[in-house]
Amino acid sequence: MMRYSLFIGCQIPARLPQYETAARAVFRELGVEQEDIRQFNCCGYPMRNVDKKAFLLSSVKNLALSEQAGLDMMVLCNCCFGALKNAEHTMAEQGQMQDEIREKLGETGFSYEGKTRIRHYLSVLYHEIGIENLKKHLSQTYNELNLAVQYGCHALRPGNVTEFDDPVNPSIFDSLVGATGAASVDWTNKLECCGAPLTGINDKLSADLLTRKVKEAVKAEADFFCTSCPYCQIQFDTGQEMIAAENPGSKPLASIVFPQLLGLSMNIDPHALGLESNRLDITRIKSYLSKE
Amino acid sequence: MVFTVLLYASLTIFVLGLGYKAGTWFTRETGLTSGHYSPSKRLFSALAGIVSAIFSFKVIKLIEVFCLDILLQRKILKESISRWAMHMLIFWGFILLLLMHALGQIITASLFSGYEPTLNPYFFLRDLFGVIVLAGVVIACVRRFILKIPRLVTTGMDKYAIIMVAVIILSGFFLEGLKITSKTEFSNMVNNYAGLQGEQARALEAYWASENGLVSKEVNPPFEKDMLEQGEMLHQSYCAYCHSPAKSAFASFSVAKIISPVAAPLDRAGFVTIFWYLHFISCFAGLAYLPFSKMLHIFSTPASLLANAVMDEEKSKPENIATRQVMELDACTHCCTCSLYCSAMMGYEAKGNSYILPSEKIAPLKALAAGKNLDESETRAILEGIYLCTNCDRCTVVCPSGINLRQLWFNAREKLLGQGPVEPLILSQLSFARGLRRGQVPEETYFIPLEKAENAVSKKFKPLLESGRPIDLNISGSQKESSLILETTFSYCFGCQNCTTVCPVVGNYENPGEELGLLPHQIMSCLGLGLTETALGAKMLWDCLTCYQCQEHCPQKVKVTDILYELKYMAVKNMDKEVVENDYQAGGLK
Repeated sequence: MMRYSLFIGCQIPARLPQYETAARAVFRELGVEQEDIRQFNCCGYPMRNVDKKAFLLSSVKNLALSEQAGLDMMVLCNCCFGALKNAEHTMAEQGQMQDEIREKLGETGFSYEGKTRIRHYLSVLYHEIGIENLKKHLSQTYNELNLAVQYGCHALRPGNVTEFDDPVNPSIFDSLVGATGAASVDWTNKLECCGAPLTGINDKLSADLLTRKVKEAVKAEADFFCTSCPYCQIQFDTGQEMIAAENPGSKPLASIVFPQLLGLSMNIDPHALGLESNRLDITRIKSYLSKE
Repeated sequence: MVFTVLLYASLTIFVLGLGYKAGTWFTRETGLTSGHYSPSKRLFSALAGIVSAIFSFKVIKLIEVFCLDILLQRKILKESISRWAMHMLIFWGFILLLLMHALGQIITASLFSGYEPTLNPYFFLRDLFGVIVLAGVVIACVRRFILKIPRLVTTGMDKYAIIMVAVIILSGFFLEGLKITSKTEFSNMVNNYAGLQGEQARALEAYWASENGLVSKEVNPPFEKDMLEQGEMLHQSYCAYCHSPAKSAFASFSVAKIISPVAAPLDRAGFVTIFWYLHFISCFAGLAYLPFSKMLHIFSTPASLLANAVMDEEKSKPENIATRQVMELDACTHCCTCSLYCSAMMGYEAKGNSYILPSEKIAPLKALAAGKNLDESETRAILEGIYLCTNCDRCTVVCPSGINLRQLWFNAREKLLGQGPVEPLILSQLSFARGLRRGQVPEETYFIPLEKAENAVSKKFKPLLESGRPIDLNISGSQKESSLILETTFSYCFGCQNCTTVCPVVGNYENPGEELGLLPHQIMSCLGLGLTETALGAKMLWDCLTCYQCQEHCPQKVKVTDILYELKYMAVKNMDKEVVENDYQAGGLK
């Protein structure tokens, strides 16, 4: 029996609840137990740009909590995953900052020894469940569906820290998408950033990067984007919606988060998958499904 | 006389205070609101909203919330059983005391014929309700002062509330205990209602001393059996119709037993009168001060819970949202549940600014809504507190008072940002949620805080980037000092420019050098030459996506992205004091 503490971060419950319900339903179906730790707080990622101490303290506190519960962590957000992995990596070294973090954690009644393993949920699906095993849980697969897979930066890079996949030539996500019968198209800037980190800081630049990604995905004849991170998904979904509102001529390309895609082919309760909650209409993806 | 005067005085203050507080709900604003509305418009919109909610299917929701969230306090139960027990005990104990005891002659007497406060079940119930409240107070003290629940911050207002309730209840028990033991009270009652003399009077006194806690020098145990029997008969004919056994008031009777050794001198010194004054004055003081204390939540929290049950963030009228938000500031009971689950709580641990905790933001926001001028450091602190928020909405989800904190933060944040102080946190990914809601911020004000912050972190280094400026290789002291950078892998850079080639930000521009000041490989070169301050002026730092393409593709294993992070920390640390001051003064504090 696989058992993890589930780390959903801040963006998912506030802005993408369908991602959480879909992921929970999928993992329940696959027999993966998910433990909720209510004291989990921010992973530290959003503070990382300007305050290293606040970032590390936030991150390590979560690791300490999971360690205390004796559980490995399963993370639903690339940026949370990247931040937590980076904190783990940083804390493995010695230094003044590390001592400060340990001391402050101690003051709040926590200790951290680095025993918890941080897992991206795609890794759990690929390495622990396995593609063949996953396929056994599918009741229908997609036909002639082309997806532009968005790996997301903070899961892939820096590869030596995140240890997620080959950072230059990754394949996990493509294989998982392939298991559902969908085709992962080859597109020019597949491994590039979605632009979300600059939303609210340099909105123009963020929108430009997003627009370029959409253009390339359309050029590669993708029907939809498929994401594994709330930031990417919000950028592709809400972000494109915002761009479309400002530029009536633009043609957005809808995006689906992987647990929704997988959930549909596993025939999971549509209420949990919440396709209707996506801002850009994704419900027509169902027309690509066919029974085995 | 004193009693009547004080009663009416405190009632007047209470009513005026409530009126004043409710008035502020319609006149004040918590922050950025779409348009300004006159108080009369807000009042009429609110009344119209209430009426339309009551005469629609929403009334079912209102009834549900009233029963489950207000009477049974379901939201508190979800958070913590000890807190729920504490609150239910104080709430119900106090309500029952108010109805049965304080308003006994008005309510209880009209409902039950033959009501006498000294007769059972009322005599017993009064003590029972008092003990219930006291049990709640004890739990509250244990939680706040002994268990020291993390992030349950105790302010003067919380202590006042606990002390007030405790004084009212304890003075009541002591008053009753003193009356039980008082010879003076006993003699007065005998003179007024029995008129007994001599041996009969002694017999009754002996009975009361033996059974009802009276302390009297004239009768001493052991009492003769005959005498007690005679006393009991007299008690039955003169007293019993109005006096249940004193033991029924179990708490007061225990007090009477404890003070019995010193009861006689206390009685002579007039302690019954003293405690009588203490009891009713504390009640009246509590009543008069209620609208100005956190106890106002007795009214504002149910109102907030009901309003939020039927209001919609997007569909409700903006003037009603403005009104509700001011009311919500009064609905906060400072229970700190929000802070207990705040996602940014470690930001508080790192920075030590208590305004980062949601529960602590309410007081300064109240002051701001009231139009008070906060001083410079306060304004900065509250802005930092309100910006260091991951917008996870957990505070809103867990708030037992049902306050829509998310919306409160959003409005207050925009207002404070518009007021002037530079907030470097705006240059972090905490701005994601603000970016998504930029449609709700007036376009002319959206970019100002961003520009200000960028100016503050890079203005003094910008001149170093001017083209044509000779590179200064005689590195000054401050340059050397700031070159103490944690990541030193830049020294491996051999200038292949891979980092710049793969950077999507660089790739986005026709003329990246102009837009970004320095490109990633140039920043590495600057550091290699010891020109750290030059690197600090590059806009590239703040336009970096942190996507790690550069770092991943560096053949020399230079930690390019990590170095950019370190430079950003350095830039924030060395924020231009002058720019910060000027921005602050230019922005004003209103």
